[in-house]
Amino acid sequence: MENDIFQLQYALDTFYFLVCGALVMWMAAGFAMLEAGLVRSKNTVEILTKNVALFAVASIMYMVVGYSIMYGGDIFLNAITGSGVVEGGEENSTYAPSADFFFQVVFVATAMSIVSGAVAERMKLFAFLAFSVVMTGFIYPLEGSWTWGGNPVFGLYTLGDLGFLDFAGSGIVHMAGAAAALAGVILVGARKGKYGPNGEVNAIPGANLPLATLGTFILWLGWFGFNGGSVLATASVDSANAVAVVFMNTNLAAAGGCIAALLVAKALFGKADLTMALNGCLAGLVAITAGPDTPSALQATIFGALGGLLVVFSITTLDKLRIDDPVGAISVHGVVGLLGLLLVPVTNGDASFSGQIIGALTIFGWVFIASLVTFYVIKMVLGLRVTEEEEYEGSDLSECGMEAYPEFSATR
Amino acid sequence: MKLVTAVIKPFKLDDVREALSTMGVQGITVSEVKGFGRQKGHTELYRGAEYVVDFLPKVKIEIAIADGMVDQTIEAISKAAQTGKIGDGKIFVSSLEHVTRIRTGETGEEAL
Repeated sequence: MENDIFQLQYALDTFYFLVCGALVMWMAAGFAMLEAGLVRSKNTVEILTKNVALFAVASIMYMVVGYSIMYGGDIFLNAITGSGVVEGGEENSTYAPSADFFFQVVFVATAMSIVSGAVAERMKLFAFLAFSVVMTGFIYPLEGSWTWGGNPVFGLYTLGDLGFLDFAGSGIVHMAGAAAALAGVILVGARKGKYGPNGEVNAIPGANLPLATLGTFILWLGWFGFNGGSVLATASVDSANAVAVVFMNTNLAAAGGCIAALLVAKALFGKADLTMALNGCLAGLVAITAGPDTPSALQATIFGALGGLLVVFSITTLDKLRIDDPVGAISVHGVVGLLGLLLVPVTNGDASFSGQIIGALTIFGWVFIASLVTFYVIKMVLGLRVTEEEEYEGSDLSECGMEAYPEFSATR
Repeated sequence: MKLVTAVIKPFKLDDVREALSTMGVQGITVSEVKGFGRQKGHTELYRGAEYVVDFLPKVKIEIAIADGMVDQTIEAISKAAQTGKIGDGKIFVSSLEHVTRIRTGETGEEAL
């Protein structure tokens, strides 16, 4: 009887992991649609290709070497046999090891996907994919090994011991992705025509706001897996309760972020800017991701609202600094990712502000510098940016040889 | 034969088309165009950056018509397309040198 219950718990926890992992995978579709909606039509095919390919690259590179760097074990997942058991692994694992890999790999893909929007419309496709090989195979896994992996940072200090706590990855995944994105944006430069010589910021409107909205809703749904799955179990009263709280808080934070961003945009610009509202939803989600389990419902809503408030100001400030981010990725995931980390000690005594700050600096420092170096090498070897003429014609033609909406163009 | 070209507000297209059928016009060509006259553009906003949209969407209608019907046509279009507000559009009349119906090869007024 006891064995039956154990079997059931194992099966349920594994099932839960897999379903949550599948929900996070669905976030890849969300990013793809959001980004496709916020770029111009002449750059749509390229960004879609980037999103599909980076997910595949992340899946493979993490299997080849990333998981091993982050959590130990053989490369190529050699230790995980066909029956799902880790050779020489723990006897009393409560869920299938392949499920652990599956759940982790979709997080890698999420971090990588953050970069694609920030460098959109002017980075060469294969330069980006080359970067994604390094990011998903090495940069992110090493950072992850210091955080969720529990290893000391270059042997010097252990973040967990210092009071660093990041439940589902505001810092570990989102701020890391944004750090890489910032490195990419700095090296690739702003889109032609985005900034004028006298500090003007020119609008380059996205081609398809319905897609951007759809993408945001898809991300919102997928985030239930992102945060919910990070409870790591559901087959007990305690963990089921935790999962329910996490789902509830995740949703409320998104809602708070959306309303806050909408109201701030209305106050600053006089109009309800949809793209700001969408970024606000995501900012709310990022803000709660580091600690969705401990706040009350009202606190979660307020935390999300703080994210939404912050993100609007961050987006306009980055433009003033001439850091061109077509989708607001650095603001949503980086600036608010940091906020998410700093909000954890407010409701969770296991985390400390100093621990969160040291963790944030470690993550940002490593990922930003490693990404800067990687992008720089790629720039020297492959070239990072399309030519001016290619940028004018659209990266769809130069990188992919096809148009997203061929029937709308003159040639047919 | 004359070619009557009218640039009108897009939502007036159905009214104009009906008015033309009522007076016996058999065929028209419609294109979506952008333009402005004395009606200037407007300002739009995107993520905090303002930009001016100079060109407004309009619809251009072209009708090949016999000389005798020109005045009627102008009146029909004017009445149907008018709103009284700025941006109603303009009607141009030019001479048409030659018309051929592709299917049958007819030319001249028979091809209209």
